[in-house]
Amino acid sequence: MTATTAEDTGLEESGPDEETAAAPVVPVTRVYRFELVKLVSQWRIRLLVLACWTAPGLFVAAVGQQSTLPVDTLFGRWMHATGWAGPLVVLSFAGTWALPLLTSVVAGDVFASEDRLGTWRHLLVAVRSPRRVFAAKALAGLTVLLLLVAGLVASSTAGGVLAIGDQPLVGLDGHSLTPAEAAGGVLLAWVCVLAPTLALAAVGLLGSVTLGRSPMGLLLPAIVALGMQLAQMMPVPVAVRLALPGYAFIAWNGLFTSPVQLGPLLIGIAAGLLWALTATVSAYLLFMRRDFTDTAHDGPGRGAVTAGVLPLVALAAATAVAVGATTGATGSGIEQDKVQRAAATAFAHLYRLQTRQLGRPAVTEAQLRVTADCDKGSVRVAAEGPGNDWRCVVSWHLPGVDAVGTAVYQLDIGPDGRFMADGDGPKEVNGYFLVRTPAGDAPNPLWQFDGDVDLLATSKG
Amino acid sequence: MDRPLAVRARGITKCFGDVVALDGVDLEVARGRIHGLVGPNGAGKTTLLGLLLGLAVADEGRLDILGVPIGRALTAPAGVAGFVDGPGLYPSLTARQNLAALAALGGRSAREAGVDDVLHEVGLTDVADDPARGYSLGMRQRLGLAAALLTEPRLLVLDEPSNGLDPAGKRQVHGVLGRLAANGTAVVLSSHRMDDLQALCSEVTVLATGRVAFSGPPPKLAAENGELDYRLITSDPEAARALALGTAGVRVVDGAAPRHDDAALVVRAHVPAVDELVVRLVGAGVALRELAPVVSPLEAAFLALTEQKETGG
Repeated sequence: MTATTAEDTGLEESGPDEETAAAPVVPVTRVYRFELVKLVSQWRIRLLVLACWTAPGLFVAAVGQQSTLPVDTLFGRWMHATGWAGPLVVLSFAGTWALPLLTSVVAGDVFASEDRLGTWRHLLVAVRSPRRVFAAKALAGLTVLLLLVAGLVASSTAGGVLAIGDQPLVGLDGHSLTPAEAAGGVLLAWVCVLAPTLALAAVGLLGSVTLGRSPMGLLLPAIVALGMQLAQMMPVPVAVRLALPGYAFIAWNGLFTSPVQLGPLLIGIAAGLLWALTATVSAYLLFMRRDFTDTAHDGPGRGAVTAGVLPLVALAAATAVAVGATTGATGSGIEQDKVQRAAATAFAHLYRLQTRQLGRPAVTEAQLRVTADCDKGSVRVAAEGPGNDWRCVVSWHLPGVDAVGTAVYQLDIGPDGRFMADGDGPKEVNGYFLVRTPAGDAPNPLWQFDGDVDLLATSKG
Repeated sequence: MDRPLAVRARGITKCFGDVVALDGVDLEVARGRIHGLVGPNGAGKTTLLGLLLGLAVADEGRLDILGVPIGRALTAPAGVAGFVDGPGLYPSLTARQNLAALAALGGRSAREAGVDDVLHEVGLTDVADDPARGYSLGMRQRLGLAAALLTEPRLLVLDEPSNGLDPAGKRQVHGVLGRLAANGTAVVLSSHRMDDLQALCSEVTVLATGRVAFSGPPPKLAAENGELDYRLITSDPEAARALALGTAGVRVVDGAAPRHDDAALVVRAHVPAVDELVVRLVGAGVALRELAPVVSPLEAAFLALTEQKETGG
């Protein structure tokens, strides 16, 4: 039996009336506002906004009042000296933990929440365009994420400058940045990490579209970020290291050296943006293929997971090959010449700082003619690669003094090129963590200092 | 009077992988009519409603909605509203905020869209400022209906709109749907409740395993059925049983009466045979206290049709 027909019933078949023919197209801006309303109405998002706009400032201000400093974190040892170290300490922490988790909570849930609430059909009937829904969700997620990042920057900067002050900042190679330069550097560093943050946000979108209600979708950005951090700890070639989208979370360090280590930073930003683009396009294609009438649907399934992962793996491989081919970077990027140059440069800058602290006659880096002789403690071990067994003997000259000054440092160099030099004597130069200045005791800048080996720089320079 | 069609489907087929959800379905719904879709679970009702709402496209066949041929794009024309698989609400928003956000999607303020009016119409004014997360199923259904009403639809598609409604809520929703139809809106709804369909619908379509088993007015569906089971309560059950066994065309169905109801007798027969039995009971001086079908004629017809389809009959 079939349904009655028009002929049977005498029903009239009508053409479209004018109202029907002009199907309404809901502009993306309206859908975007709708998505923002939904996001901001969630308590966890409100709490995150509150936390991002207050907690970093309170943290920086609180640390500024304590006697011990987070010296293991980049710029942590300078938190008593200037308020501009605070936002950089928060940036180091954010790159490791906060930003991946924020992207998880915001982008990782933006599509999955509709699965959880069973609201997809409602939304699509209201908007009538999956394409616009995708665009609006991605933009709304991005907006909230930028709001959170802006909170981290503003809060940590305000906390630092108000609680500690607007003093010059000592860069990663020991040179001094004026407050204006420091402010610019801080802002630029946070802007640079937006690229890997966008990459993680796009991975969150992909996970949210692909895995539906599964908590794995929510956790995907955090898992990817953790994986990238583990990869950065491994002895992988420098081209692979730079090709990972999270490298800009590390490479912003190069903004605080003189000259700026721009190569790794630009490659890291480009890799992050490429990942953001690829993951967003993959998420879009998977979303558009979805069947919204299938009530049992919970993500496009295993095939889609593969379709989402493979392009990103291929992208990472292609980027690594391209970086290797264009820069000629091979191996770890940490070589004896570069370590010696970085240690000598940082020592020279910081020696001048110590000289000023002690009220001695001013000297210039050129007059000091600092050199460093670094190895890994044995002729049988090649002087290259990361490790905590680097030992440097630093030599310098003082105007009008025949004797050459020397000091010994133990260097712990990470695979990302960042190192910490720990003074090993003589005690008059780097033996104590405090120096006695005319104004009282002050931290000894030569006792321990941080530095950065440019992984892409040529060995001979 | 001829009415223009809001929905015209011809040979609609929709598959999900190897599963054929709809198999050559024809459907016509006139404007100003309420059309019921009924069928067992997995019959294809939700898939068909999803096609009408533009949530999926048919693999084969032709579908015209409000006179517009539906192509391959995932979208329905203007004037179509409704929900499948329950209304979609955002629990962190209040009812008023949910509706205001939807109105803003259409470029209207809550006042312009008449949010207060639709809340009043579905009986949610008193709880309009409570978060939707605390709503019962019935309240969510009414809010879903309110959301659909905001768009002043000319085709309203509802999946199980009576689920979770108390009798008062059901009466209110039925009233709203009746008024919409009277004003020219076509309503397509699915339900498992045959009494709802009988009360509301001018036409019903019975789906079974993705095919149309029947389409027409409810009385016609009821008339499709042959024998029905009837429950009789008499002053003398033994005498009534003996008379039923002696009446042509009447069979006694043992064990069909509830255990606690020893006085009840269940017989299976066509209407004329039941009439004959009643005459005999009265003639024999047996008082007839109650006579009613065990299931409604519509439900019996539905069961007969769908069981027939599922068993390949």
